[in-house]
Amino acid sequence: MKKLNKYIGVCLLAIALSSCHKDLDLKPTNDVTADVAYKDFKGYTSSFARLYGSLTLTSTSGPNNSDLGGLDAGTSDFLRLFWNAQELTTDEAACAWLNDSGISGLDYLDFDDSNPMLRGLYTRCVYSATLVNEFLRESTDAKLAERGISDADKKEIAYYRAEARFLRAYNYWVLLDLFGNPPFVTEETPVGKVSPPQIKRPELFAYVEKELLEVAGQLKGAKQNVYGRVDQVAAWGLLARLYLNAEVYLGAGNKKYTEAITYAEKVLNSGYSLGINYRELFYADNDVNNPEFIFYLPYDGTKTQSKGGTTYLINAAIDATMDPTSFGVPGGGWAGNRTRDNIATIFGDYTGATDKRAMFHLNTSVKIEDIAVYKQGLAVTKFRNVNKDGKTAPPAAEGFVASVDFPLIRLAEMNLIYAEATLRGGSGGSLAKALDYVNKLRVRAYGNNSGNLTNLSLDDILNERVKELYWEGFRRSDLIRYGKFTGDNYLWPFKGGVLAGQAVAGYRTLFPLPASDIIANSNLVQNPGYN
Amino acid sequence: MNKQLSRPFWALSMLLGVSASAFAQQATLKGRVMDQKGSSLVGATLRFEEIQKSLSTNANGDFSLDRLQTGKLRLKVSMVGYATLDTLIQVNDGQHPLNLYLKSNTSALEEVVVIGYGTQKKSDLTGSISTVSAKDFQKGQISSPEQLIMGKVPGVQITTSGGQPGAGSTIRIRTGASLNASNDPLIVVDGIPLAGGSVSGVANPLSLINPNDIETFTILKDANATAIYGSRASNGVILITTKKGSRSGTQINFSTQNSLATVANKVKLLNADQIRDYVNTNGSDAMKKLLGTANTDWQDVIYGNAFTTDNNVNIASKAGNMPYRISAGYMNQDGVLKNDNLKRTTAALALTPKFLDNHLSLDVNVRGTRSKSKFATQDAIGAAIQFDPTQPVYVDDKDSFGGYYEWIQGGKPNPNAPRNPLALLDLRKDNGDVFRSIGNAKVDYSFHFLPELHANLNVGYDLARSKGNTFTPSIAARNFNEGGERTQYKTDINNKTLEFYLKYDKELPTIKSTIDATLGYGYYKNSSKVYNFNRTNAEGDKILNEPTRPFDKPENLLISYYGRLIYTYDNRYVLSGTLRSDGSSRFSPDNRWGYFPSVGFTWRAKNEGFLKDIAAVSELKLRLSYGKTGQQDGIANYSYLPNYTISGNESMYRFGDEYYYLNSPVAYDKDIRWENTTTYNAGVDFGFSNNRVYGSVDYYSKKTKDLLSTIPVPVGSNFSNFLLTNVGNMENQGLEFNVHFVPLKTDNSTLDIGFNLTYNKSKVTNLTQSDDPNFIVETGGIRGGTGGNIQAHKVNFMPNSFNVFQQVYDEQGHPVEGVYVDRNGDGVISDNDRYLYKSPLPKYLLGFTAAYSYKKWSATTVLRANLDNYVYDNVSSNLGSGANINDQAVLVINNAPVDFFNTNFLLKQLRSDYYIKNASFLKMDNVNLSYNLGKFIRNSNASMSISATVQNVFTITNYKGVDPEISNGIDDRFYPRPRTYVLGVNVSF
Repeated sequence: MKKLNKYIGVCLLAIALSSCHKDLDLKPTNDVTADVAYKDFKGYTSSFARLYGSLTLTSTSGPNNSDLGGLDAGTSDFLRLFWNAQELTTDEAACAWLNDSGISGLDYLDFDDSNPMLRGLYTRCVYSATLVNEFLRESTDAKLAERGISDADKKEIAYYRAEARFLRAYNYWVLLDLFGNPPFVTEETPVGKVSPPQIKRPELFAYVEKELLEVAGQLKGAKQNVYGRVDQVAAWGLLARLYLNAEVYLGAGNKKYTEAITYAEKVLNSGYSLGINYRELFYADNDVNNPEFIFYLPYDGTKTQSKGGTTYLINAAIDATMDPTSFGVPGGGWAGNRTRDNIATIFGDYTGATDKRAMFHLNTSVKIEDIAVYKQGLAVTKFRNVNKDGKTAPPAAEGFVASVDFPLIRLAEMNLIYAEATLRGGSGGSLAKALDYVNKLRVRAYGNNSGNLTNLSLDDILNERVKELYWEGFRRSDLIRYGKFTGDNYLWPFKGGVLAGQAVAGYRTLFPLPASDIIANSNLVQNPGYN
Repeated sequence: MNKQLSRPFWALSMLLGVSASAFAQQATLKGRVMDQKGSSLVGATLRFEEIQKSLSTNANGDFSLDRLQTGKLRLKVSMVGYATLDTLIQVNDGQHPLNLYLKSNTSALEEVVVIGYGTQKKSDLTGSISTVSAKDFQKGQISSPEQLIMGKVPGVQITTSGGQPGAGSTIRIRTGASLNASNDPLIVVDGIPLAGGSVSGVANPLSLINPNDIETFTILKDANATAIYGSRASNGVILITTKKGSRSGTQINFSTQNSLATVANKVKLLNADQIRDYVNTNGSDAMKKLLGTANTDWQDVIYGNAFTTDNNVNIASKAGNMPYRISAGYMNQDGVLKNDNLKRTTAALALTPKFLDNHLSLDVNVRGTRSKSKFATQDAIGAAIQFDPTQPVYVDDKDSFGGYYEWIQGGKPNPNAPRNPLALLDLRKDNGDVFRSIGNAKVDYSFHFLPELHANLNVGYDLARSKGNTFTPSIAARNFNEGGERTQYKTDINNKTLEFYLKYDKELPTIKSTIDATLGYGYYKNSSKVYNFNRTNAEGDKILNEPTRPFDKPENLLISYYGRLIYTYDNRYVLSGTLRSDGSSRFSPDNRWGYFPSVGFTWRAKNEGFLKDIAAVSELKLRLSYGKTGQQDGIANYSYLPNYTISGNESMYRFGDEYYYLNSPVAYDKDIRWENTTTYNAGVDFGFSNNRVYGSVDYYSKKTKDLLSTIPVPVGSNFSNFLLTNVGNMENQGLEFNVHFVPLKTDNSTLDIGFNLTYNKSKVTNLTQSDDPNFIVETGGIRGGTGGNIQAHKVNFMPNSFNVFQQVYDEQGHPVEGVYVDRNGDGVISDNDRYLYKSPLPKYLLGFTAAYSYKKWSATTVLRANLDNYVYDNVSSNLGSGANINDQAVLVINNAPVDFFNTNFLLKQLRSDYYIKNASFLKMDNVNLSYNLGKFIRNSNASMSISATVQNVFTITNYKGVDPEISNGIDDRFYPRPRTYVLGVNVSF
């Protein structure tokens, strides 16, 4: 048919219009091609920053847009969704917004494969991996040479590549923990419409382990990197967490507690230390002199705007009657999340008078009887967008965007991993040291030795994890490791959708792969129980 | 009045194009006979009775007669279908050729119809084409052209977007063929295709064309008619022809219309006492304390009567050999929403001269419009529905948020409460200022050596300069935390069009055939420049948002080749074929070119021997057509290219103490290609009793494949999980029927009735690459929760069907809160229990028009009905709950629609199918009465008519919301369409 074009063209008095066909090659004004985007070191830095930014933002064009198709900005933020999946499904949190599609499935622990929040999280993590893959493809030695990047810059780009692989490993760890058997893409995978293969949980465990072990040697040394970027301690920390949960990922008997102790101890001896004041870890200026955060999401009230991250954690946790200004969000207060009464029980005194980590506000009741009524259940006041002086607050876009940085790995978790792995029979650790590591946290919490434990059980550690790490995205994994997430040996209100709580089928320790991706990707087999 | 005296003489000399000086000698008379549009008339008879001579015009419409005595001579020119011209001519030696114009006296069926790149006799049409001309337009205050033909044409659904001044409309011809790409038809003004899309600073870019300048609308519906427009034709084509100058005489016309718009309907809400009752019964002490003592109807506060004046003047005349038309208009329209105003000034010039023995004709049109809008803040509509009626409008303290009552929390506006509706209107300025000019110059040259061959060049432009700004003072609650707000915008649009075609039109009497061939080329460049500005606080000293780039320049280009051949045999069989090839900048070079063919066949049964002499049947014609059209409008300009975007200032990442912009790869499909729609059409045109009854029936079937749809792709396969790509098929089938009849026709009175009916059925037949029948694509965002969509596309369902839970009702028929049918029977109610139920697309569209005239009186009316269309009542679903009225979490009392009394829901149940309501309706769009005074000044030709019109007279529907006619089927904060009373005066000289 091309000939026909030419023929007609000639017929038309040879107005030489065919030359206009070149006009059809239009290029966008503000977007650029890969060669332009990576033309210099600055371009590499911007593309590299994107890899971290995929965890802190919903889009590159402001808080109302989403990188992910078919999901709005509210259901595409990594932390918001990861937190919802890890916390709302447990006794630590319940969300009142039953009208938001997907919330009830998490609140009641009866989610299905059409849950948009789970779809958003799954998609976000794989998307983050595809961004890393693209960066790795564009930063090979050959490409760097082709683009004339200087040797000094090449050295820094080598660190970029190691951090990129760490970030990919982290995203795959999330998929490993929550979805088990996700699609698997690396820098070898082509870009297009072709279905990626599925990776099974044990293979994914091996891949994450291998990547972390490799990059641990390539990342910058402990505390040698600038704010916002990770060093090798992050890789050790994630390895420790991976090994602690190995039996969950690989099946009972596949114990890796010894390795967990090894890597927890490497972190504990790396130079990171506990912050003096627990409360200040979750304030707006927690980026200043923070010795404890190893891998974290830095947020800023004007430069990293989204409706996820700590903006979500703070605003959804309070309502208008709780003086949002005192939380640094005068324009906020979304009245969604609070705890179920199990957490109050674990703390005993939830006023904060004894254990200062208890940061709650009582609205109408401790117990939730109607999940849609926000005022039932203890409100959590742990995250506040105000500075450590307690008075000033950073600029907050629209009066609600928060600047509190969120820890994904912080040192205190390592104290608890060391203790738990030791108790679970890992070698290389000692019970005395385990007790000491736990008591270090309790001393900070009580302000003195009055809360110190003299002996340690596994249940003590689980409870200590609640007190130390509540609302930081651990609870679901912890309950699974302790065998309390499903079944009926541990209940909480509305577990399984009834007020008293009821048994939940064991397959729910893994989330379903999103139905939309099962349909789109013919290589995927749904997790058991969801067909 | 000198003018009156000279008028006959002037007219005559114009007609003849000669001077009156005379010499008694032999002379040759030459000339051409044409119709009013300047097209040559072949075979017209000229009779010179005094010298007993007669002759016919040749194939070019020319005639020549030698050896005539100079002096005056009486001439009669006649031709079938035209009124006989009886005139006195002056024969001179060496005079210029005469141009004689005949007026058509034909019925509707023999009209000449504008088609793509040319004209065709209506009787010869092979495609499905409808025409509406000025005399049949909707009456009253019409501020945007498309509203002139609402309800007039079967298969065409025009839904205004609301009552805003100059509001736009959703136009759907045969419901459109696309899911994700545009469903808007192509609109062509005097041969210049308009680029779709919106223009910032004006509610609706079409309103920038003055409806008073429009002569006819031609709607091309099937593929045979539209395929010549190729890639842009899948959703039908609307050809707009504007009014032109006059070849005989001068006509000056002045019209003024003044109207009063009133609010026809408001949302029915609880009153203040009902709110007080509810909160006092159900609320906590803290909530009771919030109750006020006022009785405020917030909708009354924000709505009011609105006045519009619309004045137009035009002159159609001829300067020397150049017919021209000049028109100017001024409209000043208030909206029923307080502070809404549109001022529009329009001017247009049309020149239609001919040169070189009429071989060269020129058609120049230039029109310019300046519109200045004051946009009322439409958030006030939602706020007025929601705001607590127990609260007063104002507070005593003038310093508190400008003196308006607001929900306050800790001295600041409660962030989750609605804002005072009146403050939203009064404390925000939103001004738009747009200049748009559309123009074209068309040159048509008929070759001297081969007059059947025409070369036609049409060069056009469509440019707009739009700018605007908004301002909210720091005292306003709306932007209180930011210290007020200032924004501005500016866009320049420069669209260029070039069309060139050759046309060969030849009658071959020996083989009873006519050939009409067209071969053309088109170049369409759409380019705009969108400037970005800082958003600042009211003082302008604090930047709230800063754009990363100073401007963007989106562009797209289409290059086309096209050809058409129409072959007519013996006036009985017409065969036409078209082929268009389009190249679009939106696709990669490998997929760039699309080919769009069509064929059509018409059998004019009336001209067969067996019908020729049957007087009762004045027309009978069968049309069959098939064709392919394409679609690429409405999708991104560069989606086949691998691109990186750079993030905005609010989307950065921190390394050390510095924040970095993010470079992000964009998902792309390098293989993206044209959407293809195949249309089959079969139609019958009929006329009986000398066309006292005439009409047509059409059946169509449209199949669109390679639908451009944004669908989930395997996660991880691209830089997004959704990709705009070619998957999906859709089918539309429909029946269109229209009939006009004249039940009454006497010397004094005529009654003219038109009725049309459209039946349409659409369904999605494929959506994904993997053919999974359970797959849905969610659409239709709603208010009331994060990420709420209420509609979906699914295979074997209508597009945009409602995706809802099936409500369970108690024995009294009340919906049981939160109880739904477990449709998949798995024991739990989850998202998988939602089902697709009904769709906003009406199954039937009906239109009825009637015109009655008695002597100098005439009355017209238009009624329309949509049947089986459904609406999701988002107003009631979002606000009709106890927790909304008594909102303890936010510490605010809100109002609710009266539907709350039907449900008594404590919590909102957004996804219940209870809220899917049948919104079938019958509307009387207008009723008009006019009186033609005729000549009303002694010794003057001036004539006058006056008219009175009521628009949006009544609506009959079961739907309880504010208006059942909502184009996307989601009723939320709808700007009510006003009821308008119009008085008009029209004076012409």
